[in-house]
Amino acid sequence: MVYEERNAWAGLIVSIIAVTVYVVVVVQQAGGGPLVEVDWVPIMLWIIGGGIVVTIVVSILWGIIAGMRDPDGVGKSDQRDRDIAHMSTRVGQAFLVIAGLGVIVLCAVQADWFWIAQTMFFGFALSSIIGGVASVIAYRRGLV
Amino acid sequence: MVKPTRVTNSIRETRDDDGMTQADLARTVGVTRQTLIAIEQGRYSPSLELAFQLARAFGVGLDDLFDYPGE
Repeated sequence: MVYEERNAWAGLIVSIIAVTVYVVVVVQQAGGGPLVEVDWVPIMLWIIGGGIVVTIVVSILWGIIAGMRDPDGVGKSDQRDRDIAHMSTRVGQAFLVIAGLGVIVLCAVQADWFWIAQTMFFGFALSSIIGGVASVIAYRRGLV
Repeated sequence: MVKPTRVTNSIRETRDDDGMTQADLARTVGVTRQTLIAIEQGRYSPSLELAFQLARAFGVGLDDLFDYPGE
């Protein structure tokens, strides 16, 4: 597995775990009451910050382990990696656009800030997850 | 399943004839071994520049290494 594929897997796995943890924590904090009353800001900031840090740590540790087996391949990326990155960015961007439109609609109907923030958060999360899935499929099945 | 490219290549056969390993060729043209494997198996279409580099590594023309079937 090449360096950039490891990063794609690390990002994908961490994104899925982070979103799952976020949903579980928010639902637990609501305790059966209305979701809009949950203090979501610190939870979201911790999840985003933690997700970035864990992705970096996992990539580094995975890189060290892979480097022991194949010292030549560590940190190397080439044209195929760049092509796959462009493709996954294009795929993921669609969800950011949908989220952006959703935010405009929610602002227009003066929805609670909670829902506006969740729409954008899940737009970023879906963009990252779907883009990551597209990446790993391209690495495994091919990109032609 | 990703549809394979219609561009075919004889990199593997040419490499075998030259007694070159995947790692050697990958190093020569500056890609990872995984990328070379993907190209050999038709799972990745190389850029024109990389195609020229591959052909040059064997000292052959682009047409000798790559083929695109007519309609």
